[in-house]
Amino acid sequence: MAAKTLFIDGTQVSAEENATILEAAIDAGIKIPTLCHLGGVYDVGACRLCLVEVTGVKKLLSACTTRIAEGMEVRTTSELLSKYRRMTLELLFAERNHVCSVCVSNGHCELQALAWQHGMDHVRYDYSFPKWGVDATHPLFGLDHNRCILCTRCVRVCWHIEGAGTKNVAGRGAKSTIIDDLHQPWGESETCTSCGKCVVACPTGALFDKGSTVGEMSRDASILEYIVNAREKKQWIV
Amino acid sequence: MIIDDLNEIAEKERDSHKKTVIRCCMAAGCMSSNSEGVKAGLEKAVKDAGLSDRVEVRGVGCMRLCCEGPLVGVDPAGVLYEDVKPEDAPSLVASTEGTETAVKRGDPGHAFFKKQQSIVLANSGQIDPERIESYIEADGYRALHAVLREMAPKDVVDAVIKSGLRGRGGAGYPSGLKWATVAKTPAAQKYVVCNADEGDPGAFMDRSVLESDPHSVLEGMAIAGYAVGANQGFIYVRAEYPLAIKRLQIAIKQARQIGLLGSGIFESPFHFTVDLRIGAGAYVCGEETALMASIEGKRGTPRPRPPFPAESGLWSCPTLINNVETLANIAPIIRNGAEWFAAIGTAKSKGTKVFALAGKIANTGLIEVPMGTTLRQIVEEMGGGAPGGAKIKAVQTGGPSGGCIPAQELDSPVDYESLTRLGSIMGSGGMIVMDESTRMPEVARYFMEFCMDESCGKCIPCRAGTVQMHRLLDKIVRREATPGDLAKLEDLCDMVAKTSLCGLGQNAPNPVVSTLRFFRNEYVELLRPEINGGPAAPAGPARSNKEEAP
Repeated sequence: MAAKTLFIDGTQVSAEENATILEAAIDAGIKIPTLCHLGGVYDVGACRLCLVEVTGVKKLLSACTTRIAEGMEVRTTSELLSKYRRMTLELLFAERNHVCSVCVSNGHCELQALAWQHGMDHVRYDYSFPKWGVDATHPLFGLDHNRCILCTRCVRVCWHIEGAGTKNVAGRGAKSTIIDDLHQPWGESETCTSCGKCVVACPTGALFDKGSTVGEMSRDASILEYIVNAREKKQWIV
Repeated sequence: MIIDDLNEIAEKERDSHKKTVIRCCMAAGCMSSNSEGVKAGLEKAVKDAGLSDRVEVRGVGCMRLCCEGPLVGVDPAGVLYEDVKPEDAPSLVASTEGTETAVKRGDPGHAFFKKQQSIVLANSGQIDPERIESYIEADGYRALHAVLREMAPKDVVDAVIKSGLRGRGGAGYPSGLKWATVAKTPAAQKYVVCNADEGDPGAFMDRSVLESDPHSVLEGMAIAGYAVGANQGFIYVRAEYPLAIKRLQIAIKQARQIGLLGSGIFESPFHFTVDLRIGAGAYVCGEETALMASIEGKRGTPRPRPPFPAESGLWSCPTLINNVETLANIAPIIRNGAEWFAAIGTAKSKGTKVFALAGKIANTGLIEVPMGTTLRQIVEEMGGGAPGGAKIKAVQTGGPSGGCIPAQELDSPVDYESLTRLGSIMGSGGMIVMDESTRMPEVARYFMEFCMDESCGKCIPCRAGTVQMHRLLDKIVRREATPGDLAKLEDLCDMVAKTSLCGLGQNAPNPVVSTLRFFRNEYVELLRPEINGGPAAPAGPARSNKEEAP
């Protein structure tokens, strides 16, 4: 496979010709904030945190879904991008009930970490305080919709790594919700294999191992990428 | 099927006509005021009066002046009757023999009709949309014959390029360029998709075309299929249009039966079939990538572009996706030549555009005008201004993605560039007229509520941003907002427009931005002072009772 060279934040980097901007950046050790991206499964460009500026393109492009081009000049940080990223995070915090102090993922949460990195010391928008429930019907895992950011990582790992197709999205707009099978309690799902990949994939405390208490729920989503690389690229060691 | 067969059908149809033709509108607008009863009454009256040998009653498509329906036209006298009731039938039928009738007469010489120029709607209100013979009599499928027998696919693409036709769905992308891209992308399988998921509030152009002249869309699709190398077409039509769906089903069946769809059309090697896909009511499925996901049987959510559908569309095959009106323009362009089409309209916007006139306007209905017609001509001359002599305040174009054009800009011509310059868009053709009684912040809140409801929920700026913008607008309308809230709203408008994934989110702030641009004082008047203890503002209108989330 041929390689292409491009500039990311002024640094010249090379990447495989089919790589996305995000892959090229990760390869070069340049950090672009992401939430819906998960190594190993396809990208959807939904969280809009990885938006970058590309010279000659008027619109902002999502780094996770945009392929690189020879000589492309990418800027991953700017005053505008930081402003938009912080607003995006604030919108997320105002949308559902993210209360870190009582969350199983406190201290291991990607949303929390991003908010901290972006200096989000307060939220300017009115909180919605929606009344979402918790699905605790599964014997091993729980799903707290209040902490869900609808990144659909769980849906994608369920369909494309485990192949079970249990998780899905129902409804639209702010009423969108993660469902199991035909919108039934998780514990009654006939397709769920209880593999736990969705729990590993979740960036927040929405999906958790039962029995974990505040701050105990840590996870390593990179194991999912190992599985995919082993299966598809026959790479057994990383 | 060869050209002689087509001629024979047209000839037979022509010979079957009686001396007098009574056309009764059978499109959804008039049918909702009982035009079916009127048509039955007319048929019975003709029979009772013993005039069956001289008078025929024909159900036709939209006759345009929807507010005066049910409409009935009598040819060759050229008389138009308005607000016809079934009991009017005997006197109306008798009038064809020269007697007087008390049925309300319309004025076919009014600017509403006179200033129209019909390309897309040429057959609308003239032919019977449920009979293919009626379309063939009106030169139907001749363009398809010419294309298949006399033109190479490249010539067809060139003709569309030369015509200057631009997409009528709203964005105005050059249709010929899109066709050429799909044609040039090598693939064993390609598709043609007709986007009939018209969902803007107040817009009914595409519905009327499908109800009044479904074959024109089928013919356009078949020509497109030949030009780009596709053998399968899909029409994605919303379930809220049952009559359009029924007429399309009839049209597809009839075209297949006489060999104008299927294999070996006009004894050429060209094969083309068309299938319907019925939408389930999501506005976002009018966005092309969401529409294609829906056709594939997936959840109707958009995906980032590129890749564009022309490169990777339905099931990852190159896909040509055009709007109903765009496709209905194709056969006339082929029949009359690209130069003929390019001579109509303005330098950059060619041809005509169909608009659905609605809101505070005397003549509600469907119009087709050349590009470049001014808004004033449309609204004041054709539309007759606001009812009761009220002053027009603004014209909203482009639906929830568009903007409000203030009365002082009414002399602007209607073309893609002018409307964009005014902060609105051409959109699919909905035109909502507002008079002095309309309060702009409430208009903005209405459209934001629409976008909030219709956001698919995939990307955060649109899903959560529309909720916050709607909340801020609601606060403003209720006179509870501060100048800080207005600043917050403007900040969100910018952010949602710049960061959203698809057109729905990117354009959702438009109604707010455009009303702020021209009617900022209306917002400012509603604000309360920032510091607590200021004078109590009078109570505003009721809180929007919209439920945001569970």
